[in-house]
Amino acid sequence: MAAGEKEPVTGAGPFNGLLTWVDRRFPLIQLWREHLSEYYAPKNFNFWYYFGSLAILVLVIQIVTGIFLTMHYKPDAAQAFASVEYIMREVPGGWLIRYMHSTGASAFFIVVYLHMFRGLLYGSYRQPRELIWIIGMMIYLCLMAEAFFGYLLPWGQMSYWGAQVIINLFDAIPWIGPTLAIWIRGDYVVADATLNRFFALHVIGIPLLLLGLVVAHIMALHEVGSNNPDGVEIKQHKDPRTGRPLDGVAFHPYYTVKDLMGAAFFLILFCIVMFFMPEFGGYFLEYNNFIPADPLKTPPHIAPVWYFTPYYSILRAVTEDFMIVLALGVAAYAALIWLTVERFRTKVTAAAVAAVLIFFMKGPEQFVIDPKVWGVAMMGAGTLIYFLLPWLDRSPVKSIRYKGPITKAALALFVVSFLALGYLGTLSVTESRTLAAQIFTLAYFAFFLLMPWYTAIDRTRPEPSRVTWEGAH
Amino acid sequence: MSPFAVAGNIRMADKELDAGKRRFLIAATSVAGGVATGATAVPFVASMLPSERAKAAGAPVEADISGLAPGGLMRVEWRGKPVWIVRRTKEMLELVKASDERVADPNSKRQPDYTPPYARNEFRSIKPEYLVVVGICTHLGCSPVDKLKAEPEPFDANWKGGFYCPCHGSLFDLAGRVYKNKPAPDNLPVPPHTYLSENKILIGEDQEGA
Repeated sequence: MAAGEKEPVTGAGPFNGLLTWVDRRFPLIQLWREHLSEYYAPKNFNFWYYFGSLAILVLVIQIVTGIFLTMHYKPDAAQAFASVEYIMREVPGGWLIRYMHSTGASAFFIVVYLHMFRGLLYGSYRQPRELIWIIGMMIYLCLMAEAFFGYLLPWGQMSYWGAQVIINLFDAIPWIGPTLAIWIRGDYVVADATLNRFFALHVIGIPLLLLGLVVAHIMALHEVGSNNPDGVEIKQHKDPRTGRPLDGVAFHPYYTVKDLMGAAFFLILFCIVMFFMPEFGGYFLEYNNFIPADPLKTPPHIAPVWYFTPYYSILRAVTEDFMIVLALGVAAYAALIWLTVERFRTKVTAAAVAAVLIFFMKGPEQFVIDPKVWGVAMMGAGTLIYFLLPWLDRSPVKSIRYKGPITKAALALFVVSFLALGYLGTLSVTESRTLAAQIFTLAYFAFFLLMPWYTAIDRTRPEPSRVTWEGAH
Repeated sequence: MSPFAVAGNIRMADKELDAGKRRFLIAATSVAGGVATGATAVPFVASMLPSERAKAAGAPVEADISGLAPGGLMRVEWRGKPVWIVRRTKEMLELVKASDERVADPNSKRQPDYTPPYARNEFRSIKPEYLVVVGICTHLGCSPVDKLKAEPEPFDANWKGGFYCPCHGSLFDLAGRVYKNKPAPDNLPVPPHTYLSENKILIGEDQEGA
């Protein structure tokens, strides 16, 4: 579009002239309309729809506080711990900035877990929003990497031994593992080289990736439009005169105001934690991390920060005894596919994959892969399996409101398993806790792997054609 | 018209465009550019490997065991890792024998590198009295806690003395051998070591003639 063809900007008072000048050189008004004033979001958003904008708020908090922390922090094994103490005790306001950052890390995961749960509730991952879900999962993985790299920086005992354990997970990969672990560490043990590179990745590498993915996430969302608690498409009923969805309201001002209220409420909770309980009983800042890293001595009880513990529990659940259960599970799953899927190629593929897995789990002794490796594989699968969700859900309806009792029970069981695994992951190992973790691990995977069956046979209620707005309040 | 279907439709001045030639040039440029980009990645990937300084830091260390009481344990740092030296009493050696049935790999056969030939015996040591092992769990690299006394423990009511890994509950006996059905797959590695004198052990260098 040539510059002269655009309408002058109006309604900005004294800034009309300036904005017109900018708009003739940059798609300012177009972006404003597409993403705010003329982005129509369903009018029946409820409580669960706060967490997307809150995630952006926390991202901003983390970036701003992070920049100021790097002004005082020293990424050097000999100085790192002391520089964090320096920030806490001597830098004016340093303690507050650091507590904002440490509270922000846990808040980020709380908000993102609730945001993901919203997706599970209302089927926000379903066609045509698969890519939003996939980009979202990539954001989640980046966030885990970001948290992991950041956790080493204070160079306390938990930083050191946590990194030691997680990097050693890669060591378990057959063939390339040991070399890969050395390459990640840059040394034969977690050392200065490791700290230095984790700093680089934490402050610039991953954040850049994260920002790019967040932009892609929102662009993909605004391309297809937001889902809603009824799981129906508002674009199917448009005002014939204006072409706007009848059940949609403009994101700005309606949802910007709503989200602003959510942000205010969230910040109250955030401040309560930050000012009065920044350690949060050892969950947000672990007590052992107030001891400088000692490569010769592991603390008597080590556990990752709470947001990693569900996966950590899965890792610990895979013991020698559990391998037979896993092998039987794989066999049963292959049998289920064989008996219920019609396509012959799928049957054969499933049987072949199962046979290979079982061969390496419980086959001839010289071929059996250690439970340690399977533990790592299960943990990896536990985080990656979310990516498959758009294709596992075969329900004719999107939202939990219209799904049947089996699906509701499965989701409830999944939430219980996730929380139980998370809780068990913070505790030390005993026999009964391992058994519990094994049961919840099976439930966790069953939720995903059996989904194509239980969602297909479940009794659903018909979806309304329009969103149910009055009824929701 | 597809935005990618440009090549065949362009006329340059009066000359007909040779679509085949253009496709070849695009492919050749892409391949050459791809190879160059890939090659550029090499120094970046290589820069993350241990530096020359990190490689040189693995010098052997000397441990003076004259002050080590019977039944005691001392820690020495070697290549940034803890090495334990345990002075085992007669009773402790009996407990090692008694653990044979409970350990996964009593004769250290799984990983030959973890036990040098001169320590490949019942007690996994040069002298039965002194156990020298790297105190890093073979599961995920935590340093186990010494629980040298044979007494009931929360993790094992029939504990015969050894090491307990706080991270994932692996157990090792007084010869650093891993218990069955635990996350750790292997025994604790015995580092290369040699006796310089009655009371001096050099860790990081193999025994002569080995």
